[in-house]
Amino acid sequence: MIAFLVKRLFHALLVMFVISVIAFAIQESLGDPIQQMVGQSVPESEREELRERLGLNDPFLVQYLRFAVNAAQLDFGYSYIFNQPTTEVILRHLPATLELVAASTFLIIVLSVPIGVYSAIKPRAWLSRFFMGVSIVGISIPVFLTAIVLIQLFAIGMTWAPFPADTTWGSWLNDLITTEGGMPAYGRGDPLHVFGTWYTNFASLKGLTYLVLPAISLASIMLPLFIRLIRAEMLEVLQSEYVKFARAKGIRLRRIYFLHALKNTMLPVITVGGVQIGTLVAYTILTETVFQWPGMGLMFLNAINRSDIPLIITYLMIVGLIFVITNTLVDLIYGLVNPTVKLTGNPA
Amino acid sequence: MNTTTSSIEGPPTASRWERFRDSYLLYSFKRDLIAQISLLVFVLMVVAAVLAPWLAPMNPYDLAQIDILASELPPFWISGSEDAYVLGTDAQGRDMLSTILYGARVSLIIGFGAVALQAILGVSFGLLAGYLGGRIDAFLMRLADIQLSFSTLMVAIVVGALVKAIFGGATFSAYAVPLLVLIIGLAEWPQYARTVRASVLAEKNKEYVDAARTMGLSSRRIMFRHILPNTLSPIFVISTVQVANAIISEAALSFLGLGMPETHPSLGSLIKSGFDYLQSGSWWITLMPGAVLVLLVLVINLLGDWLRDVLNPRLYKG
Repeated sequence: MIAFLVKRLFHALLVMFVISVIAFAIQESLGDPIQQMVGQSVPESEREELRERLGLNDPFLVQYLRFAVNAAQLDFGYSYIFNQPTTEVILRHLPATLELVAASTFLIIVLSVPIGVYSAIKPRAWLSRFFMGVSIVGISIPVFLTAIVLIQLFAIGMTWAPFPADTTWGSWLNDLITTEGGMPAYGRGDPLHVFGTWYTNFASLKGLTYLVLPAISLASIMLPLFIRLIRAEMLEVLQSEYVKFARAKGIRLRRIYFLHALKNTMLPVITVGGVQIGTLVAYTILTETVFQWPGMGLMFLNAINRSDIPLIITYLMIVGLIFVITNTLVDLIYGLVNPTVKLTGNPA
Repeated sequence: MNTTTSSIEGPPTASRWERFRDSYLLYSFKRDLIAQISLLVFVLMVVAAVLAPWLAPMNPYDLAQIDILASELPPFWISGSEDAYVLGTDAQGRDMLSTILYGARVSLIIGFGAVALQAILGVSFGLLAGYLGGRIDAFLMRLADIQLSFSTLMVAIVVGALVKAIFGGATFSAYAVPLLVLIIGLAEWPQYARTVRASVLAEKNKEYVDAARTMGLSSRRIMFRHILPNTLSPIFVISTVQVANAIISEAALSFLGLGMPETHPSLGSLIKSGFDYLQSGSWWITLMPGAVLVLLVLVINLLGDWLRDVLNPRLYKG
């Protein structure tokens, strides 16, 4: 266990080293701090003096070490746009993204597990086929398009009502999609202050309504993937000897499905889930752009459009850190819950 | 060399066409209605996109043909439409049908180009890693792991942003197609590399490889002429899914403003330019190309699903 932990930690440090080299290379090739700091009239000799004083003429390795030491202290310099330390800017935008990711993860877990299990237990039921059909359509819709459709339907409202108006469900659906401004679609509203830079949307019903459409959009891209994964794994587990044996022993089906089978189904789901957290962060950039959600993704896109190099680098480093931490945690959890995994790695 | 191999081949084998006619692939295709419809729709869309310059009512790249007064006209089933513009017009007065046909062309070119690049990179790296093993294997697979843990879309966005920052907006727009092929190709090669490596590991201890090695054939020849043909079915399966992914990635990059410019739009940049007019009620500018994009990706995914069920390769999980 200790050996595995050390190995994983070493791996994580290696990845962070690679990311920091990339980030440093970006800073070197794209950002000339002198040009940002002084006016055009400043003569070349003064620029050279400033360069010397700031250590920009030092060898590459020395400069990188300085960068790495500062990075370890979370000091990446000032953002050009906000004129504030970049870490402060990121910290201010982080809670919005985390709340969005949390809400979507909640939706994904609550929906994918029951649907996946159901369509594995009853693979031929029409509802299962319906879910599988919907999930392949869902995979094919890009996340920003889901977001646009949701805005059109529930925030702007349609001009024509496609459902039959003479039935109760039809008129209810028609009301839902033709009402203008039914759901807030842009920004976070007025989130309540918790502490520090953390403002939350979870504290009030009004705040939650701002989360609904972005969270559904973000969840929609992962949901089909997880439903299909859980279904496939569960189908495989249900074929296994121990499930057949449990059935032969006369254990109640519900107990077999949800206690014995589900446990082993969730193992691969954890690994894939960990990797997908990275993908989810990438999709927050798209979702936040559509909904103008003031999180890190939207901030990153603005930083790109305005060439705010320090902010871009800080975002890359912090997102890289998040990925590395989640991947390491997922590996650890997987090793803990699955006793058959040899933690030190097997010589294949 | 060639004469000796052909003389020990023995009885004459069936021709390519006969083998295809009797194959399980064709048999299952004839029995799968969804696969047939998907292929039909896909072929129709590709043909329409390829023939866009001849099919489209107007050339959206030609500024002289654009009538700014005819902007934001709705499609034919909504009152206020004009007969000349079946699917309406966008905010610049371009005919939606024409821009969608041209846009689908750009999306398909980038999608297939990026997958070709990924396949070349991924297959070569996968073969090298699987066959040679050792340090090369460890290095390439670690690289693939790191890249995949960041998710391919994230890598594409970051690389796209950097390339745009290095070249500047105008140059980027001028060379957007090859640059996007490069960006998406570089971002997604690990998928191929892992799949190919897994198959190579299964193949390389088989007798025919040993035989080839004892004959003194070079490693390169064994890898590309002997092992590669036996790893083709998983490559085919992931290729379909990868084309769908590449088209979505391109659309996502274009939607973020890191892809095709509005003057030379793909489906993604059409959606982006239409999104600004959603609030003014012109939903068709953004949702029409969106629907085409979803249909295109959906039929490719359905074909990929069918292909996976038929060929059933042991895909690398995880």
